[in-house]
Amino acid sequence: MDYVKGTVISVQTLGTGIYDLLIRVPEIADSCKPGQFVGVYCEDGAHLLPRPISICESMMGTLRLVFRIAGFGTKEFSQKKPGDTITLIGPLGNGYSDFSEKEITIVGGGIGIPPMLYLARKCSESGMKVTSVLGFRDKNTFLDDAFGVYGDVVIATDDGSLGVCGTVVDAIKQKNIGTSLVCACGPMPMLRGLSSYVEGEGGRCYVSLEERMACGIGACLGCIVKTREIDAHSHVKNARICTEGPVFDSSVLDFNR
Amino acid sequence: MNTEVKLAGVTLKNPVLTASGTFGSGMEFSRFTDLNLLGGVVTKGVSVVPWEGNPTPRVMETTGGMLNAIGLQNPGLDVFLERDLPFLQNFNTRKIVNVCGHSTEEYVAAVERLNDSIADILEINISCPNVKAGGITFGTDPVMVEKITATLKGISKKPVFMKLSPNVTDITEIAKAAEAGGADGISLINTLLGMKIDINRRSFALANKTGGLSGPAIKPVAVRMVYQVAQTVKVPIIGMGGIATSEDAIEFLMAGASAVSVGTANFHNPKVTADIVAGIETFMRRKNIEDINDIIGCVK
Repeated sequence: MDYVKGTVISVQTLGTGIYDLLIRVPEIADSCKPGQFVGVYCEDGAHLLPRPISICESMMGTLRLVFRIAGFGTKEFSQKKPGDTITLIGPLGNGYSDFSEKEITIVGGGIGIPPMLYLARKCSESGMKVTSVLGFRDKNTFLDDAFGVYGDVVIATDDGSLGVCGTVVDAIKQKNIGTSLVCACGPMPMLRGLSSYVEGEGGRCYVSLEERMACGIGACLGCIVKTREIDAHSHVKNARICTEGPVFDSSVLDFNR
Repeated sequence: MNTEVKLAGVTLKNPVLTASGTFGSGMEFSRFTDLNLLGGVVTKGVSVVPWEGNPTPRVMETTGGMLNAIGLQNPGLDVFLERDLPFLQNFNTRKIVNVCGHSTEEYVAAVERLNDSIADILEINISCPNVKAGGITFGTDPVMVEKITATLKGISKKPVFMKLSPNVTDITEIAKAAEAGGADGISLINTLLGMKIDINRRSFALANKTGGLSGPAIKPVAVRMVYQVAQTVKVPIIGMGGIATSEDAIEFLMAGASAVSVGTANFHNPKVTADIVAGIETFMRRKNIEDINDIIGCVK
């Protein structure tokens, strides 16, 4: 884990408000794994907190961050130019452990899709059969071609303008996609619905969560998620998304409290 | 050149401390900052039993600061004494233990158990709501402040610093009450009560509705209060509120603080406390200040 300045290689847009940032930062890129994230700092002095952005890809000393403009910080990052410095902390979070299964279903919803690309590549490289289910609002998709390199891709759109009309769970049911090992990232309603379905089918579901963060490294206790049992670190029924997470086995989480 | 300061008989190698609630018990930030460089670490408020804290969102950035409504989540004294405080024993830095409670009995129980610990000083957080007094925070009523101070001083083997809330009409009244109760020192300021509204969701940004404002935005309020309290009491002061640089820290020392705590700034730069220690030394060299104590309270 490092607090370090990286160098911007390129900034592109992938569609409405979605940006694709390549950063040369070997200190982080060479030691991270799928499911982890970085904290990205603003330069202006009036916006102090690191913005947690998931790692979409990491290769040869370079991080790829794909994010949506959500406020001041992400707007500042989208306006970076090649050669600019950018201050980061990371890699943060637990990331995915290695899986012993032979098959995996990877699910991404909207802006939850980018970090799943890194996982799809690693699983594919380790010989697993990867099926990706990507949920979008409409046919304005992004990154779906990239997932296609690692296995089958099924698209679900809210408005039915592309792929299956409905949710990612609708797509999984319709296309008979395996649910023994599912990894997902996306809006909370999606994660709740999906994990409930997968658990009901007897499968394992890992969800990647987000929450407002301050320190990003586990000290401030801002970013907790409620758990069913008492957590070994906190000694209460919650865990830190930045440290015990962001990846959680959905069966330890308490979505109802 | 001397940077050592004394707080109620406890010597600190320099006046720079970390603010309670921002630094845990040092484990996480020790990866970025050598804790041996710091005057001390003030640990997250500990209560007798584990406290779960508030629902999320608990934190929200504001311009020049942030709001927090963590709700004093902590693992409780058993775990603190067994896991967290021993971690700090690895470092040559002072251990200041912040204590919270919902009732006088809870504060007493915590202080008693800390008597035999390696804590150098206790910082009592009286911004907790007093459940027996209908939820009014202890620290807003001078009579309650003097009473709780006296009770804790009666049983504590460690020096007791009372940490004051700024959300009062007259901070000097509260400070006087703490001193009258026998406090060995005073810590201020805690966070300012604030709120943020999410105009797109038409809701409160924090689940708790209100939260504590910290960071550079509050510094002028904090400096003013430290100055006012320094003119009112004789006991040493730990000053805090928006310190981000060594210049900020020196402002507080000149206003009358013998030591300073750095909190929110750690979230923007995890190495900031070490930078501040070095910056103070640079300032002293540049201005030919032989002894840091020469500038404490020098602006009157």
